Amino acid sequence: MLRRLALAGAMAAAAWPTFADGVDEAVTTFELSNGMQVVVVEDHRAPVLQHMVWYKAGSADEPLGESGVAHFLEHLLFKATDTLESGELSATVAANGGRDNAFTSYDYTGYFQRVAADRLELMMQMEADRMLNIRLTERDIETERDVILEERNQRVENNPSALFSEQKSAAQYLNHRYGVPVIGWRHEMESLNMDDAMSFYGTYYAPNNAVLVVSGDVDPDEVHRLAEQYYGVIPANPDLPERIRTQEPPQTAARRLTFKDARVAQPYVSRSYLAPERDSGAQQKAAALTVLAEILGGGTTSFMAERMQFDDPVAVYTAAYYSGTSLDDTTFSVIAVPSEGVSLTEVEAAMDETLAAFIETGVDEEQLDRIKMQLRASQIYARDNVDGIANRYGRALTSGLTIEDVQAWPDVLQAVTGDDIIAVAREVLQPETSVTGWLMRDDEVTQ
Amino acid sequence: MRIVASILTFLALSVPAAAKVDIQEVVTPSGITVWLVEDHSIPFTALELSFRGGTSLDAPGKRGAIYLMSGLIEEGAADLDARAYARELEALAASFSYDAHDDAVSISAQFLSENRDEAMALLYDTLHKPRFDQAAIDRVRAQILSSLHSDAKDPNKIAGAAFSDAAFKDHPYATDGEGSIETVSALTRDDILDAYQAVFARDRLFVGAVGDITPDEISALVEDLLADLPETGAKMPKPTDVLLQGGVQIIDFDTPQSVAVFGQTGIDQDDDDFFAAYILNQVLGGGSFESRLMKEVREKRGLTYGVGSYLASKDFASLYMGSVASANDRIAEAISVIQDEWARIQTDGVTQEELDNAKTFLTGAYPLRFDGNSRIAGILVGMQMMGLPIDYIATRNDKVNAVTLEDANRVAAELYDPDGLQFVVVGKPEGLMATE
Repeated sequence: MLRRLALAGAMAAAAWPTFADGVDEAVTTFELSNGMQVVVVEDHRAPVLQHMVWYKAGSADEPLGESGVAHFLEHLLFKATDTLESGELSATVAANGGRDNAFTSYDYTGYFQRVAADRLELMMQMEADRMLNIRLTERDIETERDVILEERNQRVENNPSALFSEQKSAAQYLNHRYGVPVIGWRHEMESLNMDDAMSFYGTYYAPNNAVLVVSGDVDPDEVHRLAEQYYGVIPANPDLPERIRTQEPPQTAARRLTFKDARVAQPYVSRSYLAPERDSGAQQKAAALTVLAEILGGGTTSFMAERMQFDDPVAVYTAAYYSGTSLDDTTFSVIAVPSEGVSLTEVEAAMDETLAAFIETGVDEEQLDRIKMQLRASQIYARDNVDGIANRYGRALTSGLTIEDVQAWPDVLQAVTGDDIIAVAREVLQPETSVTGWLMRDDEVTQ
Repeated sequence: MRIVASILTFLALSVPAAAKVDIQEVVTPSGITVWLVEDHSIPFTALELSFRGGTSLDAPGKRGAIYLMSGLIEEGAADLDARAYARELEALAASFSYDAHDDAVSISAQFLSENRDEAMALLYDTLHKPRFDQAAIDRVRAQILSSLHSDAKDPNKIAGAAFSDAAFKDHPYATDGEGSIETVSALTRDDILDAYQAVFARDRLFVGAVGDITPDEISALVEDLLADLPETGAKMPKPTDVLLQGGVQIIDFDTPQSVAVFGQTGIDQDDDDFFAAYILNQVLGGGSFESRLMKEVREKRGLTYGVGSYLASKDFASLYMGSVASANDRIAEAISVIQDEWARIQTDGVTQEELDNAKTFLTGAYPLRFDGNSRIAGILVGMQMMGLPIDYIATRNDKVNAVTLEDANRVAAELYDPDGLQFVVVGKPEGLMATE
């Protein structure tokens, strides 16, 4: 059980991984002449489609001192273009019964509309328009900057777990931009201006830096024809910079931090380790880490739950998280929420013993089989949600992976052995690359 | 200019796609009604079971018993303890999830065709032979208590709780179905058993199924799974009025952004004017970027990241609610704008263009809901619980389109109650006066 432990939502979105495989036959991919990549995922059960454009540009691509500009620009893309008034794109989508929105992460920014299946051309027309033609006013900049500051208030300032999380990431990355929050540091957000936004737009918003993903009741040939008509005519940006970010140096010192806040009701300990991401053509290690997270902290039957919630119940909640879809080094995290009367020192000690015992004991082969069975089944369930499959392609293709990588991933996961899992656990669970954080009430004594 | 011209053409042609959902009614030998949508394209089935009453059936002084019970249902059954049960479920790659809210306890199951019988055997034991082991009760209770402690310091939860209390006083809707730290701490195994008997009965059961299964198969499956349930459970709660008085209540809480929940009496889902109200709300605060509230509070003034309103029509009372969050020094202005908009729509109503836009959105968006087996199974149950006819989906958009500007503005004048609109604000709002 545990439908809604308050902090569970604040931890990374490490829901059960689902993978496309039985779905490959529903997927068609091609590239436009200007370098724009296209993925089509068919599902003809309902007369609905989702149209998305993903840019290979996220907060980790921002210039120094301008944190939050990728997300700020995302908001500004709903303002005017040469031919659309401010807000007209969303209004047009709504007038057609659809919904639209956008999202920004470290490695990508995406825009999408969900709409009736016969409205694809209109969506492409408008999305292609704002790839090239936004026209901002100073008033847009001022008002929308207030909006993103309120967004930061809502998501971060009002939420001690989120503030804690920002501090942990900043400590985890010594040199990489993943240490800076996607929404931006408040003091830098406050000074974001027109030039910052337009410069990011001019650099990264181009067809050769974008991926079009259309899912639902669509015909790939028709998508191809329309994509050529609307996106294919936009010139590629010849000056698109190579995506090279400052990388991490060797991490040689374990870091610890305590975050105290009067609004904390439930203290907990969380630890992250620097971990390799999925690399194109070499996803084995990431696959082993993905399965490791499940075996170690993926629910009631996991190693952490068994030891820390059942055998010796020092924790009310434990979990392990790993998300391998990332352009650069990612993290592997564990969390433990102590039971009533158990201190953070005690629960952290139990967590350390549990991790050590796991490596010592090795993998329970029956548990591994059950997880692989679920991974296979998830490919059947995934077909009930083609938008989910579309998202997976969008995320992967903007995070340094190829279509072949996405399609190989289910098999790479099935090939993971118990030995692989233990080997990767030994390699990644190193104190020197870790950050251990305690979230505490402000009246609590640090032991 | 080419683009603008062709967009206009598209708008003119904008006739919403029709939702084609072929629902069959199946009645099992012992008389359980199932609404089924057969779709054999993916080898699994989504089954939705819903039991009316939900956490509102908690016995006096036992608040949280039904919520805790519904969390314990998956903590062991028959001869399987919690851990063995979880392993069994994993091995089948089935998923059973449970939800307990004000008006229903529901079970959403997804299972593969290849091991359907085994999955249903496990679900049978889950429903009929739950163990409620003391160790599991203590473990899950500790999780709920942890969550309740967090709620006590969450501005959104604090605002919601104070609002429910003001709206419903002595009715079960007045308090959180998860219970309070006091009541949950005091629950015993007997209370859990009572809660189990209060909820799971045939007289309040609704069933929907979608996926790779035939009418004969679903009939047999549901009969085997549910025919043994007792005929009746706990008595339903009585309908209640909404007791909101209007004005502003402030709860002091040290946080940078104030959170406000607001609302007034709403409208019943079976009211003849419900669709007019639904359209009005779409104009005022529904949807995403297009509403008056989003335009006035966010787009024009940058006072918030999100503001919205919705009709919260429950089984035993109807509310009209909304929420907004703004920095402590800006929330007063946000509230004032919302109050003005509430008064404006009451006096001036909406324009023909706003009405038409809302209708186009609502009718166009409707078919987009039916896009996945689990989602459709949930809708099938929801329709039955509301007493809608089986052909409702085909006629629903006509009901939206039938609302005239005259209807809408008559309802706006009756429904909106600027004086009765009550705000609960949690934070350190500046320049905002509490009423009373």
